[in-house]
Amino acid sequence: MTRKMRGATAVALGATVALLATACAGQGTADQDTDTDETTTSEGGDVTLQWWHNSNTGEGKEYYDQVAADFEAANPGVTIEVSAQQHEDMTTRLQAAFQSGSGIPDVYMSRGGGELLVEVEGGLVRDLTEDAAETIDTISAFAGQYSVEDRVYALPFSMGLVGFWYNTDLFAEAGITDVSPNPTIDEFNGYVDQLKDAGIDPISVGAGDGWPAAHYWYYNVVRECTFDTVEAAIDSGDYSDDCFIAAGEQLEDLIETEPFNPGFLGTVAQSGPTSASGLLATERVAMELAGHWEPGVVGGLREDGEVPDFLGWFAYPTFDGQAGDPNDQMGGGDAWSVSAQAPDVAVDFAEYLLSDEVQIGFAELDMGLPTNPAATDSLTNETLAQLIPVRDSGGNTQLYLDTRLGQSVGGAMNDAIALMFAEQAGPQDVVDAIEDAAAQ
Amino acid sequence: MADDSTVSTTAAPPATSSGPAAGATRTGRPAAGQSAGGRTAHSNLRKRLEIAFFVTPALALLFLFVAWPVVTAVQMSMFRWNGIGPLVDFVGLQNYVRVLSNDVFIGSLVNNLIIIASSIAIQLPLGLAIALLLNRKMWGQGLMRTVIFMPYVLAEVVAGVIWFQLLQPQYGVIDTVLQSVGIDPPPQGWLGDMDLALWTVVVILTWKYIGLAVILFLAGLQGVPDELYEAAQLDGASWWQVQRKITIPLLGPTIRTWAFLSMIGSLQLFDMVWILTRGGPANATSTMAIFLVNEGTNRANFGIAGAASVILFVIALTMAVLYQRLVMRRDTKGGS
Repeated sequence: MTRKMRGATAVALGATVALLATACAGQGTADQDTDTDETTTSEGGDVTLQWWHNSNTGEGKEYYDQVAADFEAANPGVTIEVSAQQHEDMTTRLQAAFQSGSGIPDVYMSRGGGELLVEVEGGLVRDLTEDAAETIDTISAFAGQYSVEDRVYALPFSMGLVGFWYNTDLFAEAGITDVSPNPTIDEFNGYVDQLKDAGIDPISVGAGDGWPAAHYWYYNVVRECTFDTVEAAIDSGDYSDDCFIAAGEQLEDLIETEPFNPGFLGTVAQSGPTSASGLLATERVAMELAGHWEPGVVGGLREDGEVPDFLGWFAYPTFDGQAGDPNDQMGGGDAWSVSAQAPDVAVDFAEYLLSDEVQIGFAELDMGLPTNPAATDSLTNETLAQLIPVRDSGGNTQLYLDTRLGQSVGGAMNDAIALMFAEQAGPQDVVDAIEDAAAQ
Repeated sequence: MADDSTVSTTAAPPATSSGPAAGATRTGRPAAGQSAGGRTAHSNLRKRLEIAFFVTPALALLFLFVAWPVVTAVQMSMFRWNGIGPLVDFVGLQNYVRVLSNDVFIGSLVNNLIIIASSIAIQLPLGLAIALLLNRKMWGQGLMRTVIFMPYVLAEVVAGVIWFQLLQPQYGVIDTVLQSVGIDPPPQGWLGDMDLALWTVVVILTWKYIGLAVILFLAGLQGVPDELYEAAQLDGASWWQVQRKITIPLLGPTIRTWAFLSMIGSLQLFDMVWILTRGGPANATSTMAIFLVNEGTNRANFGIAGAASVILFVIALTMAVLYQRLVMRRDTKGGS
């Protein structure tokens, strides 16, 4: 019995740890270069393309199905297998495909930055610099975030920016009638005070998920540091410039004014009525810092499912004596990447997705903020259209820093910033966390 | 423990079936010209083959899903690897140094230990009290047992989501009720306050797992012979004395086994915390398993995650072996 019990213990423990370990096991042993089983090229020139995107509901899905059908009609012999997936499912499946080296779709969504860098280093993604030169020329303003050493690896089709979405009704109720489209930090703090005086929770933030809180620090970096300083720091891994500390101090000052919703440390970003977006949607807070996706998310969290009329937008506040260009913004977008082993027609398809025609349709359905200048006037939603002139005002757009720095460094950074929101870390701790993670 | 039962049940049939099967062969087909010794050797070989036949699938599964992942986890823990491409960047034991010098990991380990200690400290007396109460003949006994056991049957994720909604700061049911009776709930919410979050999780875990303790203790109570109670009553022992001197000592093996299960469960704790807080706020409720998933799945630091999983394995194994050796020795010896 003794022996048996101990065996049982070992089994139970082994199973436990194995279950945990298997979550991380399974190296990419497959040879990635030879694996082209997903793309079948028969002798007659018939080609099947795998296309993954995340517009998996409603009009967006229908629109992309139509786009694929149109391309098939214009290119006889080409079949496109469209796979519309929920966003997190798609990124998980993509990650798994990259790790195993098989089943990588021919055309897929990329978010750029460090994630793209990993794909480039792994030889998984196609260099589009020459093959799609014309399209890149059209959208050149946004290609930088999808380039590695001046080679472009993805074609951005939507590029948005982060700013404050606010409830115009609640602002009016608090007596704030004159909302600046690009306030200074003093004006912004004035809004917060007035809202508090009126008994309204000023800002919701999903600090429980990390990244929504981290956006404040990123934006402070964009304000306090010049674009080149940030780029140089990312290249060298040296974040000793004082502007990074100043960004943290600005954030500490903001946290000190206690502008956030009760329980913000445990609040999640977007799921459910008690999430940060949910609180804005259900008119319980006056504003939230979020990207161009916010109207859609807020609409989805309301009973009628409609984007509410009360939604307004203003840019992130500027600071006195900031080193960054006031026109610089922080944001990000989505781009189409072509996998390394995809047939040439996949590049044609990716270019077609950036054509005037497809981008105009994309804009008309408010699926995102189009990058093709021919389509920027076609947005239906006025609030969303408001972002275009800010985005295209000539400043640089810094990619979300966690995406920019990649999962490993980005995760460590977001954690440190979340600690700052809990008043468990200071400006120097955030910089240290980035430098430590980047050095490893 | 589930694995043990599958192993023993698959191992058991050959032992029982080989007897009649061999006997049938012997009687049905008289062994012409076969010596008695040869027959024994033959049946021994046959028995071994049968055992091998029935055990091999289980062993193969065990190797594939237990042993092999452990080996690859150890291998992975020696490399710096982002999940893409082959393992090339060998770093030796550096990942282990990084994990063991990581404040979040150490904090997570401490949280695991707090959960182990508090689970036993709270659930043991509470579970015992409820079991003793429910063991008495009374009205609605069956219903009470069902109610107590219900949370344990509920899927962990479902229970987590329900509690997450109940505990919403300001607008949740619990805060609303507290406010209506004039008690101010914590401003950051029960799960958002760094000092309260872990204890809130402990309370929810107690609610979830008290049913298991009670049902095990009730089963143990069935094994206490009635004669002992009668004898004690004849000697004039009070109800309280009977419980202290007879019931609880005789429940010893059950309690020790339950404590072992509780300890292992607390060490692996993941899903409930993931649903409630994702390890937050500011890592206040992080466990080793949460650390492991954060590093591996969310940050693609698979080497670090591998090292953390090996460390978790070693800690769990050490605690289990020590517990078996020191605490459960008497229980297991008696049964062999």
